[in-house]
Amino acid sequence: MIHLNGVTKIYKNNESPAVDNLDLHITRGETCILVGPSGCGKTTTMKMINRLVTPTQGTILINGQDNREMNPVEMRQNIGYVIQEIGLFPHMTIADNVATVPREKKWPEKKIQTRVDELLHLVGLDPAEYRNRKPASLSGGQRQRVGVARALAADPDILLMDEPFGAVDPITRTHLQNQFLRLQEELKKTVVFVTHDIDEAIKMGDTIAVMREGHLIQLDSPDQILSEPKDDFVSALIGGNRAIKRLNLVKTREVIDNMPIQTLRTNSPVDTARKLLITSQLPAMPVVDENNRLIGVVQKHILSALKEQAEIADIMEKNGCVVDKGATLGDALSTMLNYGERYVIIVDENYSPCGIISFTYLLELMKNDVA
Amino acid sequence: MAARLLSYENIGLLTKQHIIMVLISSIAAILTAVPLGILISRERFARVGAIIENIVNVAQTVPSIAILALFFTILGLGFNTAVFALWLYSLLPILRNTYAGITGVSKGVVEAAQGMGMPPLRILTLIELPLASPVIIAGIRTAVVVNVGTATLATFVGAGGYGDLIVTGIAIQRLPLLLTGCILSALLAIICDHILAVVEKNRVVEYQEVKY
Repeated sequence: MIHLNGVTKIYKNNESPAVDNLDLHITRGETCILVGPSGCGKTTTMKMINRLVTPTQGTILINGQDNREMNPVEMRQNIGYVIQEIGLFPHMTIADNVATVPREKKWPEKKIQTRVDELLHLVGLDPAEYRNRKPASLSGGQRQRVGVARALAADPDILLMDEPFGAVDPITRTHLQNQFLRLQEELKKTVVFVTHDIDEAIKMGDTIAVMREGHLIQLDSPDQILSEPKDDFVSALIGGNRAIKRLNLVKTREVIDNMPIQTLRTNSPVDTARKLLITSQLPAMPVVDENNRLIGVVQKHILSALKEQAEIADIMEKNGCVVDKGATLGDALSTMLNYGERYVIIVDENYSPCGIISFTYLLELMKNDVA
Repeated sequence: MAARLLSYENIGLLTKQHIIMVLISSIAAILTAVPLGILISRERFARVGAIIENIVNVAQTVPSIAILALFFTILGLGFNTAVFALWLYSLLPILRNTYAGITGVSKGVVEAAQGMGMPPLRILTLIELPLASPVIIAGIRTAVVVNVGTATLATFVGAGGYGDLIVTGIAIQRLPLLLTGCILSALLAIICDHILAVVEKNRVVEYQEVKY
């Protein structure tokens, strides 16, 4: 899909090349992460793909066609582009921001408006509430979602993302990452994603290109990068806690697939709950309402300490430890640590519980992985 | 004589002359300085831009009365000379603010527009100019207000305006004449300033609180 062949970029008044003889092949539908310290040439590499930067040497083929032979304006309209939140047009409404590329492509206005609503829905912003607001009245996370919606507007095959989740707090970032992963599963775009955060790279990437001083050091799957870093630079970039980092390679959904999930109602007999918990060897059980939505959690140790007869409603804890099924095991672990609990309930898009992961399970997983 | 000069009829005439001079010279200045400012803000004209700005800078340092004196030898006495001098004099603030306004637009915003495939002219009209407009309008405001004051000198080339009252007032030592000229001119400047301040403010509201 995207081929960089021997690409070199030397900026004016600079002796050493920003990107040096780089070969990189990105296949259709994959997310390729360019990662490395600042000044390693990752952003330059990305900008050469849509010709915001012209290579000094080498060729870049997009769908087999040399990008120097394409009309840059037309080509860019067919490549989604997300930069940090500063890229939103501050004087335009959210709807006008999202409509940018369709307007350039001269879509009929009615189609544009429908598309804008569709996209705002897609990134989880209510069109009725947000379409006429200005970027300044949105939170950082919301602005970045608008940025993603804007890049997707004309349904491009390729997305270029330059630190798209860079300027938000860690909790919002995790949320945005999970949302994007979910989107990407559906959309299957070819994504070139620039970040300096190796954890983000491991979580988001199908392949990771580690760069340093304009050179490609290692191009591999996240798993490979973690288990076989090519040199000291890559190991240093990955840092310690490799076992924990590997947890970010796995989605919670993937491990709960074969797990039967039993739920309680507020009026279930306590004895049933006790029996279920003992046979399942799980540390907790979700409690749901009539719509199968999670309303609380009953923990095993509380149940076993219970001397007298009680109602589930009395011993249930509201607001248990919960993550979305699109989250990674790493997210699950940090949620457990944040709440100080030994379990986490996995919920689907309707907030119905679809699995439980225990701390013991994660420990087992890490132990097997390392061994 | 003083009474005749202070008649409603005469003051009406002088006001008209004054306003027309300011209006024409300011509009001409906007029409030249804004495109020029846009031009020198383009990357490929960066070098020419420095030269142009220097020339205009130097022009600004020449006292306005000297410009009048210089150009009446070429253009002769009258309205044209006055308008020309006023035009020359209002170029700098508008040029400088246009340049500063456009180059002050966040790089990220412009790059996002480029990256999404907006052609350069559309980036200018849809992104750069709207975002730079408060700064550009502030420049126009400065130019117009200064212009109203400077236009009182037009009397020396026989172009009329409130300067007639002031200069005659000094010559025949009539304080009411002098004061009327000064106050009317100041009043006009204040009115222009307020009108443009409102326009400027309206433009700013569009993207207040943006903390990029």
